[in-house]
Amino acid sequence: MIFDFSNYDQLLPLVTNSLIVGAMLAVVGGLVGVFVINRDMSFAVHGISELSFAGASITLLVGGNVVFGSVIGSLVAAIVIGILGAKAKERNSITAVLMPFGLGLGILALSLYQGRASNKFGLLTGQIVAVDDPQLMSISVISAIVVVTLLIVWRPLTFASVDSEVAAARGVATRSLSVLFMVILGLAVAASIQVVGALLVLSLLVTPAAAAVRVSKSPLVIPLLSVAFAMVSVIGGILLALGSSLPISPYVTSISFLIYLVARVIAWVKNR
Amino acid sequence: MSGPVLEIKNAKLELDGRVIWENLNLDVKQNEFIAILGANGSGKSSLLKAILGQLPLSAGSIELNSKKIRRGSRRVGYVPQSRQTEATMPIRGKDLLWLGLNGHRFGFWPASKTARTQFDHIIEAIGGKELQHHPISEMSGGELQRFRVGQAVISEPDLILADEPLSALDYNQQAAIAELLSRESKEHNAAVLFVTHDVNPILNMVDRVLYLADGKFSIGTPDEVLTSKTLSALYGTPIDVVRNQGRILVLGAHDNHDHHYQEEWS
Repeated sequence: MIFDFSNYDQLLPLVTNSLIVGAMLAVVGGLVGVFVINRDMSFAVHGISELSFAGASITLLVGGNVVFGSVIGSLVAAIVIGILGAKAKERNSITAVLMPFGLGLGILALSLYQGRASNKFGLLTGQIVAVDDPQLMSISVISAIVVVTLLIVWRPLTFASVDSEVAAARGVATRSLSVLFMVILGLAVAASIQVVGALLVLSLLVTPAAAAVRVSKSPLVIPLLSVAFAMVSVIGGILLALGSSLPISPYVTSISFLIYLVARVIAWVKNR
Repeated sequence: MSGPVLEIKNAKLELDGRVIWENLNLDVKQNEFIAILGANGSGKSSLLKAILGQLPLSAGSIELNSKKIRRGSRRVGYVPQSRQTEATMPIRGKDLLWLGLNGHRFGFWPASKTARTQFDHIIEAIGGKELQHHPISEMSGGELQRFRVGQAVISEPDLILADEPLSALDYNQQAAIAELLSRESKEHNAAVLFVTHDVNPILNMVDRVLYLADGKFSIGTPDEVLTSKTLSALYGTPIDVVRNQGRILVLGAHDNHDHHYQEEWS
């Protein structure tokens, strides 16, 4: 049986931390996703997440803080992709080179790791009950940094993303902003990995924003919708996973994919 | 009258060790409309980039309102070529205009009353009332360029730099966009530097021409510069300037497939 909600009231307190983290990641993913779409960096997100996974696995092996490890991995990948792949054409190949390397490194570290096996898979496919208080703390700090920074640079970053030539002419520091965005993206990926896992970060950082762009053209409505979609996916995913024996990620990814499909249908009906 | 809006003194630009132009002197007055002409690679766009502070001069100086130019001056407006943005996200006409007003600002300060008045005025002036809610990806080249001109003039700059804004437009649209730019710039006494490879659509609004060729240049009214004699001296080879029904054709120098030098910013 896939679902069993009979002792749901006892299970729910166990995932309080996950729900809080999930809500924060939805805000982070929904907002960052708008710029991921805008700057055409979906594939880069995947590359960053694999290196973030490697960082997390290595710290798990040597007994360090996993969040710290994934942040380091993320930032290294984000900065390498940001510098070597400044041009969109080169970015894809750099990402494709980094991705298997990160994944391999992570798997190596995990196979050497002697601890609980659920920790291993968690980093790849996500976990719900694994969020402890120190993790909650570090993810909160990361999320706060990401959201506040993003809100401050929102307008110039939008200008630089949609209209870089004119933005540069108007004095927007387009290059500094693109490095800054890579750092923000790295942090967002590192935080997201803790819950949805490295393989499925895209469902939080890309799919909600991609769906939002389908149904709205307004620069105000798009980020709000994107956050709402991410929120429904994560919180819904956690609540469904709780009543089943499956990991959280299939639920999160299915809900977010479903939202995307509905968004496409709505857009299609509207434009007909 | 006040002094010149823009003063270029003994300017020299080198790119990769090659001298693009040198000893360039140019004073631009309020309301002046200057066309910058020249063959491919003669440094037309580079001149705009130097004025924007994006390319450093090897020698000489450029002053805007008697102050040394700096990157991102609020007093300069910029109109790019007519082409779609690289964005994968929808951006509407009105968003493009608002970016011209507050796109450089950090944070989320609500638009001031002055800004709203400016916006309403410009949307009227460019005839964009209906179009403003449309994504620019669904606009024609001419429609998009109307918003581009609006975006450049909305902050009421003293100097407007236009880099081949008419390329990829048909002849009627070219004239309409150039008219709009000329009219809107004059409203606030702004000067215009207009890079183009075809002077004809703007011939009746041009005050002076700056013709760049092989590191040298010639400045004057269209009638002074666009002659076989001046251009032959400039290029050092015989050039024919043909005038036919009010149109000017330069033969022998121009690369008809003028590819615009485009640096990538990301």
